[in-house]
Amino acid sequence: MQALLELLANQALWIAVLRIATPLIFGTLGVLLCERAGVLNLGIEGIMVAGAFTGWLAVYAGWPLWAGVAVAAGTGAVFGALHAFLTVGLALSQHVSGIGITLLATSLSSYAYRVSFPKVNTPPTVKPFAPMEGLGIPILSAQTPLTLLALLLVPVVAWLLYRTPAGLALRMVGENPQAAESQGVSVLAARSGAVIAGSALMGVAGAFLTLSAFDAFFFNMVNGRGWICVALVVFASWRPGKALAGALLFAFFDALQLRLQQSGAAVLPYQVYLMLPYALSILALVLVARRAAYPQALMKPYRKGER
Amino acid sequence: MRLEKRPAISPLALTLAPIGAIAFTLLVSSLLVLWAGAPVAPTWAALVKGGFGSLFAWTETLTRATPLILTGLAAAVAFRARLFNIGAEGQLYAGALAAVAVGGLHGGTGFDLPSALLLPLMFLAAALAGALLLLGPALLKARLGVDEVVTTLLLNFIVLLAVSALLDGPMKDPGAMGWPQSVALQQGLELSKLVQGTRVHSGLLLACGLAVLLWAVFKYTVFGFDLRALGANPRAAAFAGVPPLRTLAGVAIVSGGLAGLAGAIEVAGRTGYVTLDMSPGYGYSGIVIAMLAGLHPLALLAAAVFVAGVLVGADSMSRVIGVPTYIADVIVSASLIAVLVATLLAQYRLRWR
Repeated sequence: MQALLELLANQALWIAVLRIATPLIFGTLGVLLCERAGVLNLGIEGIMVAGAFTGWLAVYAGWPLWAGVAVAAGTGAVFGALHAFLTVGLALSQHVSGIGITLLATSLSSYAYRVSFPKVNTPPTVKPFAPMEGLGIPILSAQTPLTLLALLLVPVVAWLLYRTPAGLALRMVGENPQAAESQGVSVLAARSGAVIAGSALMGVAGAFLTLSAFDAFFFNMVNGRGWICVALVVFASWRPGKALAGALLFAFFDALQLRLQQSGAAVLPYQVYLMLPYALSILALVLVARRAAYPQALMKPYRKGER
Repeated sequence: MRLEKRPAISPLALTLAPIGAIAFTLLVSSLLVLWAGAPVAPTWAALVKGGFGSLFAWTETLTRATPLILTGLAAAVAFRARLFNIGAEGQLYAGALAAVAVGGLHGGTGFDLPSALLLPLMFLAAALAGALLLLGPALLKARLGVDEVVTTLLLNFIVLLAVSALLDGPMKDPGAMGWPQSVALQQGLELSKLVQGTRVHSGLLLACGLAVLLWAVFKYTVFGFDLRALGANPRAAAFAGVPPLRTLAGVAIVSGGLAGLAGAIEVAGRTGYVTLDMSPGYGYSGIVIAMLAGLHPLALLAAAVFVAGVLVGADSMSRVIGVPTYIADVIVSASLIAVLVATLLAQYRLRWR
């Protein structure tokens, strides 16, 4: 008990929590935007890989760090546009299209990496974002500007969703596209816009990994974080504020298991601790399943004039 | 942009659509080959030669196709009932592990049973392990509405970590000089080779047989009708007397069982033990294969051979020309998207206003 309290009082733990949460916040907000408009986006895992790679590559080529973030967002938007074309335009299965995009984005990134760096054994590095030491706020000062951006995005997304006409249109096409269409909202435009914007956020989530958390690109670096975001959105019942809370809670458990593993108090094989994030995601899905208020039109393709 | 159903859907167009889509994919991938600084025609020639150009190439391709057929069937049967099983990768490893648990040496002589009994037991255990792994997510979907895509995906990570822990601990082969590798299979449990001196084994016949069996099940049995009805419209299916829970559980057992079997067949036919890298994503490729084949078990055989040939051919092409092997994964995943679009366009007309 004493040891646990000491652990909780440890600033390093909370610094780790916020760092682990950052890509989850970006990704979860991205999934949330897509799903609120009625589109499941299982492309997230691959889009994060592609964002991590292209953002890093741009910085490696000598571009400024923020340009790298913009490139990652652009990459995400391109894959989002593809997903929107397939699922909103052509009304193909959202499951299958998303998985196809994950596989395509991942394999394209691996291919591009190998073509760009044919014979490297140690991955080349860039100079990542520095912590905002001048800020003077404990814990937050140890983070990079991307974490601040992620935190600020939560109220921005909430405001966009609930306080702007565009947000209203977005939520409408996710609940009842027929009604939205009769109100003069273009389902195609609203859904596509949401998917493209959401996917751009997923790209940034990936870029955080290569430009802030680490300084290089590794093939398996996303490692299921995208799928965890998909689970977190259900856990958050599609609300930005709860998404932040969910991401932080999740990151807390992840940081805790890292600590336990390092402190030597770990009595179980290390793999058991690594399993925790995935097991927690499943648990979260099961716990909220009964009262999950899915957007009514989620995964339902909309074809004009067809029911 | 809107879609308009074509008044008459030509079966010829539906058949040609996948072929055209794959040709289109190769055309686009040629740009990637050019980017790598390699000549396009020799690269494709080397890929085709490496995958299909000789007896050895064919045996390698068919060896690679064997687990892909099984994971493809696993995806096809589940997707038909709209149970999106993305967990074949984990189910494959669970099956492989169950196979060595039953048929392994365990540092001694293993179970003292005749091979004729142990071999079917081994396959049964593998199928059971895969089936149980999918039954959980299927029941969660049926009872609580938990999306099975995310649960099966996350289970893949959990299973792989569990395999890793077991290969470090209780299942570790003490004779493997520290490599994380499971205990080896007993002698007499290996599947026989189809062509002497190559790796292609009788597991291929089993996989093909199961594809034919599944085709017959889809076409001629009540279960086949039930799962199709469940996939088309769950509410109407329930109204028509299809038991939703029982059908979904049955689908999960068949689908997970097939993926588990893929793991056992890899162990008995090729590796002899379990390692963490025994599957280069067979579970995920199976999904692509099932979609390429339009979820048809017999077309799936062709799709599996195509994908296996591209993967094997890319390995050998990469050795000769130096274009990264990842080009194979790009071709396969881009084909998936292109085939989906082409099949749709064979049925619908696209109007741009």
